[in-house]
Amino acid sequence: MRKIRTPYLLLLPGFAFLFTFFILPIMNLAQTSTQTPVGGGDTGEFEQTLRFSNYIDAFVENKEQFGRSFVYATIATLLALAIAYPLAYAIALKGGKLKNFMLILVIAPFFTSFLLRTVAWKQILGEEGFVVPTLRTFGIIGDSTTLTSTSFAVVMGMTYNFLPFMTLPLYASIDRIDPRTLEASGDLYANGFTTFRRVTLPLSMPGVVAGTLLTFIPAAGDYVNAAILGSPNTKMIGNVIESRYLKIVDYPTAAALSFTLMVVILILVTLYIRKAGTEELV
Amino acid sequence: MTKESISAKGDLRLTRLTKSYGEFTAVDDLSLVIPEGSFFALLGPSGCGKTTTLRMIAGLEEPTVGSIHLGTTDITTTKPYQRPINTVFQNYALFPHLTIFENIAFGLRRRGIKDVDAAVSKVLDLVELPHLAQRKPTQLSGGQQQRIALARAIVNRPALLLLDEPLGALDLKLRRQMQIELKWIQKEVGLTFVHVTHDQEEAMTMADTIAVMNEGQIEQMGSPADLYDNPKTAFVANFLGQSNLIKGTISGNDGDSHIVDVFGQKISLQKNRSHAVDNSIYAGIRPEKFRISRLGTPTSGNILTGGHIEDVSYIGVSTQYQVEMPWGQELMVFEQNDDGVAPFSKDEEVNISWEPIFTFGLRGDEDATAGSEVNPEELDEE
Repeated sequence: MRKIRTPYLLLLPGFAFLFTFFILPIMNLAQTSTQTPVGGGDTGEFEQTLRFSNYIDAFVENKEQFGRSFVYATIATLLALAIAYPLAYAIALKGGKLKNFMLILVIAPFFTSFLLRTVAWKQILGEEGFVVPTLRTFGIIGDSTTLTSTSFAVVMGMTYNFLPFMTLPLYASIDRIDPRTLEASGDLYANGFTTFRRVTLPLSMPGVVAGTLLTFIPAAGDYVNAAILGSPNTKMIGNVIESRYLKIVDYPTAAALSFTLMVVILILVTLYIRKAGTEELV
Repeated sequence: MTKESISAKGDLRLTRLTKSYGEFTAVDDLSLVIPEGSFFALLGPSGCGKTTTLRMIAGLEEPTVGSIHLGTTDITTTKPYQRPINTVFQNYALFPHLTIFENIAFGLRRRGIKDVDAAVSKVLDLVELPHLAQRKPTQLSGGQQQRIALARAIVNRPALLLLDEPLGALDLKLRRQMQIELKWIQKEVGLTFVHVTHDQEEAMTMADTIAVMNEGQIEQMGSPADLYDNPKTAFVANFLGQSNLIKGTISGNDGDSHIVDVFGQKISLQKNRSHAVDNSIYAGIRPEKFRISRLGTPTSGNILTGGHIEDVSYIGVSTQYQVEMPWGQELMVFEQNDDGVAPFSKDEEVNISWEPIFTFGLRGDEDATAGSEVNPEELDEE
């Protein structure tokens, strides 16, 4: 009997935690999302009127920011993948004795705060940083062009901030590949490129899927990068939710937006996993 | 996309091949010809350079010095994917994300072969696993994976098939069965097989020719019977089976034979089976070539008297004796249990005799223990 109970006992703390800090707030959020302001009441006083058109209003009003969130998140995810794949590949297959050291370097940014790092990017991309003058010297950008308060800065900030989330799962799955299968591919008439396409890439797909999800999901809901590195023209849905909650004190709209974001991400992720077919992979 | 592989054929010729890793020389000035169509084994203890040699042939390592020719084509610097050579890897290295069918078809597809289906079915029939085509490698047993690895290589009909300890991961019984099967398949497909192993029994069962390697060099090369009956060095004598090496001095000649003085007793040894360079010699006799006789029993051939049985192990098909000789050396004797003679018992005083033609001679300055204890891998398997 004890043996049968043990797994459930082990699950208990996790369940209790998630119930208190995830399920209850979500239910509360759902409840809030259909409320309306109390007529003649104070700011922040709402009553439940089951007004489901809150969702439609909230979405229509902010569809631009919604679209921007997904576009930025997609670009940042693709950029992170393009940077992280060669990095993870090199660490896993050519790292040798330096493997662990290089992995520490990958997660080193986590030792400082997310906010601080993003502010640092503002400095780097600002007029007094070294990037702008360098680009101007080589004539890549014009004298009047700036980098801060642009969508470029926001996307770069997101790419940078989420890069470790892309690199680590990629590293884990590439590191698991038996180097002899790569030799076998070469032995069976596949050149370097074909070996990558037919063996390395398919075998690292679990890492690609995990890495892109771990990057895309937080990136789509992010507001810090847009707030610090962007401008009113680069607002993402996270920024809207933040200001509805904290500044305008419009809880129902904020709750409806949060829910919509969650559902859209859930649908996209499901479609993506279906398409990537992770269950077909090792 | 893939550059067309070269279509060389013929004997494989390694010329003065050397591979160094910094200070360490894995393969040392090795020259070797492997005739087309043969089953060739590179046999040696771990670290002897046999796997490095194989990897250079496959193109997975580049020689530091020397050249590799296939027929008349120099393939020393040719990329692995351009060589008409395929490898059965030690742990098979099957592609875990592909089905068995696609694993086998991999090489065919890369070369743009037309009828992939027919070729794959045919080779699956050859290894007797046609029903597994749609499985993934992880769903197969070790023995099945081994056969698929073989099928994946031979389906390409390479000029040369390399086998890197192909049976090392299998249990003893399955290994014996696969040895016979591999030999049969080699005859069936008529390809040149180069087989790397540390298991002398495996090499002797399968190969036409064995090259015994030690410290990056070839100690001796020849047919299994050649190597066993007439080893040239103590390493070969001890690595291939077991040997009794008795120190002696050539004291005279009698026609085609040397007369060897062994601690005061005379034995004879055919001149053409001696590799001694001067009068100092080790007389070598395989344990099963000895006969034991009780004192006073007439015997013929070479005789050594004064033996004292130290130990008797009955192992069914034969009995193994340790016989201590007057000069303190313990000789190993295997007697078949087929002559109805009651086995000898411990502490009996006996003579030892054998036919002179079974004696081989080694240089007297050799280390008589070379090759006898260099093979720890074998201990857990035999």
